[in-house]
Amino acid sequence: MEKMSNKEYQKYIEERIPKPTYAKNMIFAFIVGGSICVFGQIIGNILSRYGLDKEKVASGTSILLVLTGAFLTGIGVYDKIGKVGGAGAAIPITGFANSLVSPAMEFKREGFIFGVASKMFNIAGPVLVYGVGSSVVVGILYIVLAGGG
Amino acid sequence: MALKRIGTQTVKLSNPPSMVSTASIVGPKEGDGPLKDYYDVILEDDLWGEESFEKAEAKIQEEAIKLAIQNADLSPNQIEYLFSGDLLNQITSSGYAARQLEIPYFGLYGACSTMTESLSLGAMIIDGGFADKVVCATSSHFSSAERQFRFPLEYGAQRPFSSQWTVTGAGAVVLSSTGNGPYITYVTTGRIQDYGITDANNMGAAMVPAAIDTITRHFKDTGYNPEDYDLIITGDLASIGKNVLLDLMRKEGYDLSNNYTDCGVEIFDNVRQDTHAGASGCGCAAVVLSAYIYEEMLKGNLNRVLLVATGALHSPISVLQNESIPGIAHGITIDNMIF
Repeated sequence: MEKMSNKEYQKYIEERIPKPTYAKNMIFAFIVGGSICVFGQIIGNILSRYGLDKEKVASGTSILLVLTGAFLTGIGVYDKIGKVGGAGAAIPITGFANSLVSPAMEFKREGFIFGVASKMFNIAGPVLVYGVGSSVVVGILYIVLAGGG
Repeated sequence: MALKRIGTQTVKLSNPPSMVSTASIVGPKEGDGPLKDYYDVILEDDLWGEESFEKAEAKIQEEAIKLAIQNADLSPNQIEYLFSGDLLNQITSSGYAARQLEIPYFGLYGACSTMTESLSLGAMIIDGGFADKVVCATSSHFSSAERQFRFPLEYGAQRPFSSQWTVTGAGAVVLSSTGNGPYITYVTTGRIQDYGITDANNMGAAMVPAAIDTITRHFKDTGYNPEDYDLIITGDLASIGKNVLLDLMRKEGYDLSNNYTDCGVEIFDNVRQDTHAGASGCGCAAVVLSAYIYEEMLKGNLNRVLLVATGALHSPISVLQNESIPGIAHGITIDNMIF
């Protein structure tokens, strides 16, 4: 392989890796993500029928979706949903629950402190750091630009 | 004066050790694959009654070593050295397996190339007259490797098409200074090759240059050609790597299209078992050698085999730091006859 440079080899390999099936992935992401949202909407409608106000419906729906995501992770179903749905399963709040519960389950053997508790945020950690971080930045911009209105 | 060296990287063993017995233990998914009739033990549960996957892997390796020794009608105290390795941090599966066996132990790390690394060293130790009986073994476990290198099992991630499935299983081989073969006749030790591949989901591509380097070096050193072998088999390049190797070997002037395959392609039915590019892991070459190659050689269907196990020497830390993946490949010739 003396005739091939690193760049040439990388390019050669790049051409031979099967490309992800983007169209299929997007359709499945739409169906799975959409179904999770429809399920959330159903929960929301039921809660408002019981007379909860808008704010309580929003938090109640989130709580129940997280519970569902965690439960499906626990019984070994959510990884299969994720395999089919991709981002459609990862982006909704059920995916967030999956990203917390799956490492917590996985690292139980390492103990409840250095296993479950410390590894729990392995995957979700960046989402929290940059999610909270960017909301602070947006908040500051809002105060400065819109005068806190 | 090193009398047994030929060429630049190969040793021709003058007293070739005999592979007197082997053992293979695999998990349920491997036991459902195309080579299922060759394995000694197929587990129904990949935890095998243990409380962690790491413990299960150590047990699989220990039991494979014990079974290989038993298959040779020997007992562990008759074995002079144990060469073994695995994928986990500080090769703990091998250390814990060796703890029970009380055999003088060399722990090796060559990632998925460890099986031929251990056989190379074991064969040279016997040929050099330092031992009469040694055991060479490796193991890997899908679930212990996933949690170290990738994501938790229950995390809903999609695997790229180029990703490979770590084999749950262990293979062990007893080498002896006496015996009726198959014999290890040549050892070609690989050099690290790194062409700047950084994608840990594409290990096959990272290891191909090492396999090509070792195979071409083996041919140049020994004077053999691809036609001199019944089978040339690499460790775990999987389907993408296999095709790349065939293509690039042709450019080097060697046509391997008639007698070449890869252990990572043989273990699983990639479509039915959803294993994407194929198998990987220390156990991959180990179980294919201990089960399929060994049995076919005993039957006489294969008489000369070049086994080139391939390893990707990265770690989760080196990948996060965007370092490229160094590849390694060690080749051994296994012959039914010695000349």
